[in-house]
Amino acid sequence: MSRKPYVREIPKGSWYLRQGRYMRYMGREVTSLFVGAYALFLLLALKRLSEGQAAYEAFLEGLSSPLGVLFQIITLLFVLYHTTSWFNLTPKAMPVQRGEEFLPGGVIVGAHYAGWVLLSLVVLFLAGVF
Amino acid sequence: MNERQIQLEVLRYNPETDDEPRFQTYSVPCPDEWVVLDALNYVKDNLDTTLSYRWSCHMAVCGSCGMMINGEPTLSCKAFLRDYPDHIRVEPLAHFPIERDLVTVIDDFMGKLSRAKPYLIPKEEKAIEEGEYRQSPAELKRFKQYTLCINCMLCYAACPQYGLVPAFIGPAAITLAHRYNIDSRDGGRDQRQQVIATNEGVWECSFVGACSEVCPKHVDPAAALQQVKIASTVDWYKEHLMPWGGKS
Amino acid sequence: MAKSNKPIVWGLFAAGGTVTAFLLPALIIITLLAALGYVPDLLAYENMQAFAAHWFGKLVLFFIVSLSLWHAAHRLRITLHDFGIRSDTLVASALYLVAALGTIAAIVYLLRI
Repeated sequence: MSRKPYVREIPKGSWYLRQGRYMRYMGREVTSLFVGAYALFLLLALKRLSEGQAAYEAFLEGLSSPLGVLFQIITLLFVLYHTTSWFNLTPKAMPVQRGEEFLPGGVIVGAHYAGWVLLSLVVLFLAGVF
Repeated sequence: MNERQIQLEVLRYNPETDDEPRFQTYSVPCPDEWVVLDALNYVKDNLDTTLSYRWSCHMAVCGSCGMMINGEPTLSCKAFLRDYPDHIRVEPLAHFPIERDLVTVIDDFMGKLSRAKPYLIPKEEKAIEEGEYRQSPAELKRFKQYTLCINCMLCYAACPQYGLVPAFIGPAAITLAHRYNIDSRDGGRDQRQQVIATNEGVWECSFVGACSEVCPKHVDPAAALQQVKIASTVDWYKEHLMPWGGKS
Repeated sequence: MAKSNKPIVWGLFAAGGTVTAFLLPALIIITLLAALGYVPDLLAYENMQAFAAHWFGKLVLFFIVSLSLWHAAHRLRITLHDFGIRSDTLVASALYLVAALGTIAAIVYLLRI
């Protein structure tokens, strides 16, 4: 008997198109593009802030371009997906054992969402949004 | 009793005669309660004795019968025909070389499994007379879930990183290392870390999570791997920022 | 094979992921409102300048910007590999360089305020 194992090649650039779960994973990973873009945006804001009032206020006005608004909206959507996927995965990475039993994942996730909502409201309040 | 005529499209490969695998379709009369494994056994018994595949317990505890059923890594003994359409595509488990028909070459997994040292390495040698290693229910519960692995390799078939980087040690092997690392009776964590805290160990994992989705025993290897990442990161900082710790 | 040094970047990735998950949505809402014409009080020059001039404000802004950059850099490194771009060393070096330069730039700008 002669052996001749056959190796099935994986398409390196398109394997994720084959299944819904892989597409959702790529969607989650792609949020990093927008997190990075927003971080660079904040960096630019800091630069303008350090350059004085005129530069900073010109920067603020530039936000209102149609492209500027679109950037904010799309970034918000992707970052919200990052937030929800991050929270949902937390109980897996950090299980909490109390006595014999583990805290249900829902409790840990729920605590994250609650904390997030509270923190967001505080930040928005301090920023003068309401 | 109801019967359905199932079209079983099976990937065949004979290393002695074929250069490439090819599909062959069998028409199988199947009672309602059958699983895909029953249909394969019907084929082998009645239609084509040359069909080769692994199976044993027929009750999802031995881990032998893993294959791709309609593109999803599944145990064929747990794939109930009532959950499938009349046309079912059966292929060998993904990400492993094909030996023959539905039989894959599993040497890579077996090697990685042993490298992970999936056995108790006691902190100190104890003579039998000194008594048993004691463990509380809570200590057992801590790692019990990760003991349920039946080495079926469905997680390796689901993991895209294993498919793209064959050197990746993979979900089951790392999960088993973790099972022993967090076992209170064990003292071999440093040895296992040399194997799993490497680039081809846990750091190839990107938390796709497909492994846990396909695991037939609900082991949740994805969770184990993330816990290994956190523990390994803490280790790294301890070793580099406080090298006087004593251990290496 | 020797134990990996990926924990360094992974630790930053995890910290950045947590900070961005908790704080970024609210921040984006603030800048979105500004873009739509309803500039929240904090974004007015006097208030932002005062916030960033204070050591606490500097710390907050620094950590948000820097950790977001490191989180994005590491995840993008993996994502590009997933998309089939296999030259990992080149990609990693480029992305981490951007995160490092961004971190330094953030310090420089903040110290000027």
